[in-house]
Amino acid sequence: MKVGLFIPCYIDQFYPQVGIATLELLEKLGCEAEYPPGQTCCGQPMANTGCERDAIATYHHFIDTFQAYDHIVTPSGSCTYHVRKHYDIIEQTEAVKKVRSGVLDLSEFLHDVLKVSSLDSRFPHRVGLHQSCHGLRGLRLGSGTERVVEPNSKLEALLRLVDGIELVELSRPDECCGFGGTFAINQPDISVKMGKSRIADHESKGVEVLTAGDMSCLMHLEGIIRRQKKNIRVKHIAEILNGAPL
Amino acid sequence: MSKDEIIAAIRKNKPAETALPSIPAFTYAQGELLPTFITMVEAGGGRVIEASSPDELPALASTLFPDAEIIASSLPEIKGNVRLSDIGQPQKLEPVDAAVIRGQLGVAENGAIWASEADCGHRVLPFITQHLAIVLAPEDLVCNMHEAYSRIQVNATGFGLFIAGPSKTADIEQSLVIGAQGARSLAVILLPRTD
Amino acid sequence: MKQHADKAADFLRNEARADWHDEALWFVRAKRDKATHGVPEWETLRELASGIKEHTLSNLDGYLEQFEANARQNGVYVHWASNAAEHNSIVHGILIAHEVKRLVKSKSMLTEECGLNEYLAEHGIEVVDTDLGERIIQLKGEPPSHIVMPAIHLKKEEVGELFHEKLQTEQGASDPKYLTEAARQHLRKKFLAAQAALTGVNFAIAQTGGVVVCTNEGNADMGVHLAPLQIHSMGIEKVIPRAEHLGVFTRLLARSATGQPITIYTSHYHRPKAGGEMHIVIVDNGRSAQLGRQGYRNALKCIRCGACMNTCPIYRRSGGHSYGYTIPGPIGSILTPGISLERYSNLPFASTLCGSCSDVCPVKINIHEQLYNWRQDIAKAGHLPVAKKQGMRWAGLVLARPKWYGAFGKLARWAIRRLPRFMLYNSLNLWGKGRDLPEPPEQSFKEWYHKNRIKK
Repeated sequence: MKVGLFIPCYIDQFYPQVGIATLELLEKLGCEAEYPPGQTCCGQPMANTGCERDAIATYHHFIDTFQAYDHIVTPSGSCTYHVRKHYDIIEQTEAVKKVRSGVLDLSEFLHDVLKVSSLDSRFPHRVGLHQSCHGLRGLRLGSGTERVVEPNSKLEALLRLVDGIELVELSRPDECCGFGGTFAINQPDISVKMGKSRIADHESKGVEVLTAGDMSCLMHLEGIIRRQKKNIRVKHIAEILNGAPL
Repeated sequence: MSKDEIIAAIRKNKPAETALPSIPAFTYAQGELLPTFITMVEAGGGRVIEASSPDELPALASTLFPDAEIIASSLPEIKGNVRLSDIGQPQKLEPVDAAVIRGQLGVAENGAIWASEADCGHRVLPFITQHLAIVLAPEDLVCNMHEAYSRIQVNATGFGLFIAGPSKTADIEQSLVIGAQGARSLAVILLPRTD
Repeated sequence: MKQHADKAADFLRNEARADWHDEALWFVRAKRDKATHGVPEWETLRELASGIKEHTLSNLDGYLEQFEANARQNGVYVHWASNAAEHNSIVHGILIAHEVKRLVKSKSMLTEECGLNEYLAEHGIEVVDTDLGERIIQLKGEPPSHIVMPAIHLKKEEVGELFHEKLQTEQGASDPKYLTEAARQHLRKKFLAAQAALTGVNFAIAQTGGVVVCTNEGNADMGVHLAPLQIHSMGIEKVIPRAEHLGVFTRLLARSATGQPITIYTSHYHRPKAGGEMHIVIVDNGRSAQLGRQGYRNALKCIRCGACMNTCPIYRRSGGHSYGYTIPGPIGSILTPGISLERYSNLPFASTLCGSCSDVCPVKINIHEQLYNWRQDIAKAGHLPVAKKQGMRWAGLVLARPKWYGAFGKLARWAIRRLPRFMLYNSLNLWGKGRDLPEPPEQSFKEWYHKNRIKK
């Protein structure tokens, strides 16, 4: 299966290993993953700040870059949600419709399209799963604690395929980490405070590795972990599923 | 005229008409009604006493309210020492220690009991009394609020209410305190119908 | 004017207290979860409630007129107020006509919104709030910090001190039971002496012309049934078509608000007491304009349960007063820009758009989507700070151009790697306030891909 690989801007620049893990994982699972080199960003930073109009050129660039693919896979629930939900302000051409319906978060693609039922990877560590909000409540990658539905989580189901992994149960399984894009900069005090609360929850459960479907949450949490010299590592779910050693 | 302005603004601004959804029947097994009701009343801070005959009521009232000096009752079976029909000013009910009223219907899902103004004897009685007992027939239990509203007529009298326990508050540091402004305790007396 | 971010920073200065506040509200959220998960049809109920409200809003004029006609038939006086000032003068007029000097009030966010207490006080009428939480903040001279738990920001010791000063309780006493009892004794006297009672309205039934008020303390009823004159103030959005719809709303309201299966008292007022008088004041105050804002009108579905506040990770860590409006939290942040886009332009940004508010909302208001939309409208109207506006314009230019993007990324990575710490971490770097920057790699993914896949 041929897929277009979208590596979000901040992963491209700061966490190439997450992009590599995503690509390798897709290749291992028999996909022909292509990375169109002209790609940049989905445009969310501008739009979430209220400047959708400044994002329109980026939206068009994204569509042009990815319109050739039936599946566009990205290791980010947040970017997926943005394209799917908020690309409604540009003209809905066939290309736009195709891209919006073809874009998939990595976990979603593995779980729903490839229907992965086994993985050749081992990760013998205590892992805490952070449910990134846009994936959880935007894409419904899991049930969430608010709604009265059958509990489920695509990320958790995938992690359970990894040999030796020990998933911990958190006191607040799906509270926001406080990143929120430019919120992290506009409201730094509360953003950091929210991150500290999340880290404390993981820490109290003896988590060695904190994982999530969105590297942006992890970038924020890692920033706090490093500042406070905590003994917790962060890893994107792609890295764990791909069997990266700690 | 403000009314005309408001109505005109609404007409100008309201969205296109959408259909009113119909409420499906949400029910559960009838056999569970009584135990569920009892559990819910107790969870709300009330207690449930099962009686078998109206003759037991006066004795029950004295056991329930051993220290009550002033008892008001809207039931003929319990006399009390306040003639509710003589009360003009509601303030006169302030010294009431205990009141017994009739409930029309009980709701299993939340332990709430419907009583109209007529059942209360006086509108303020269930609130101003220090302690409250409601006599309810177990035959009058329903599953949930949908069923409750289909049975009662909310405007049969000028005032009616659901009571689901003693008055309570958690306004200070989320600490639950029973006995805020209304009755300090609620006893539900389940008395099967005799007719 | 201090922005939400500044007030949040102030609130967080006492971290232990912020944690306490967060825990207190999370406790309510957890109770809500437990209560809702006991109702298998919960999601269907939310859908129904949303649909009933939607239908009602689409025929709001008709239902209000039906409500008024039926209420009049019941012997109730009905008044209409276009705005807060008119509401206050109508209420004042009724009180003057009855020579009322002492009014007891049960909780009404609408009268808070209208500033009724201050208005009546200026006109020499004593107003006593009778909900315990409301009475606490009234005695303290503060606005409520939450719509269901107005004094949730106060510690019991602070209430104890306040009551010692105002109600002569023992010095140092802070047991909630003791303090509640003291308030009970104090408020009983006020109830008995009141000449009029005013309440808010949870639901108004068009078909029967009655109003429904939900309380746990019984304070609304103590006031209403003791005083000869009763007044109920309601926003135009409180009307529902028929009594059967209360089945849906009463099942949702208390479970969402406090995790109780229903409030202790759900009172239905239809006709005045013998010898008494009953008035209903129907208030617009910006609501009909809100109805005209297509993307935002369904905020009018709100039944004021407060669940969005309890779940909001920002509200819990910044407190209700940080929002600067009667209705704080997520719902307040989508209602306020309609009141003044400029004044409240910072509130839609007091969110990570995590979406939890929308998922707890019992009437399915898409709160986080409206926050996103308000941000767009605020930017369009020119109310964004200049730095933010310019920054986003530049980001937009860079991110639409792969070459600029590549060069800019390389520069940023170089800078973080090479620049001395004092140049990276200073007051200009808001990210660095409590967080380290990521350790930038030598090569981007794009560069790696080029070397490892394309060249191969």
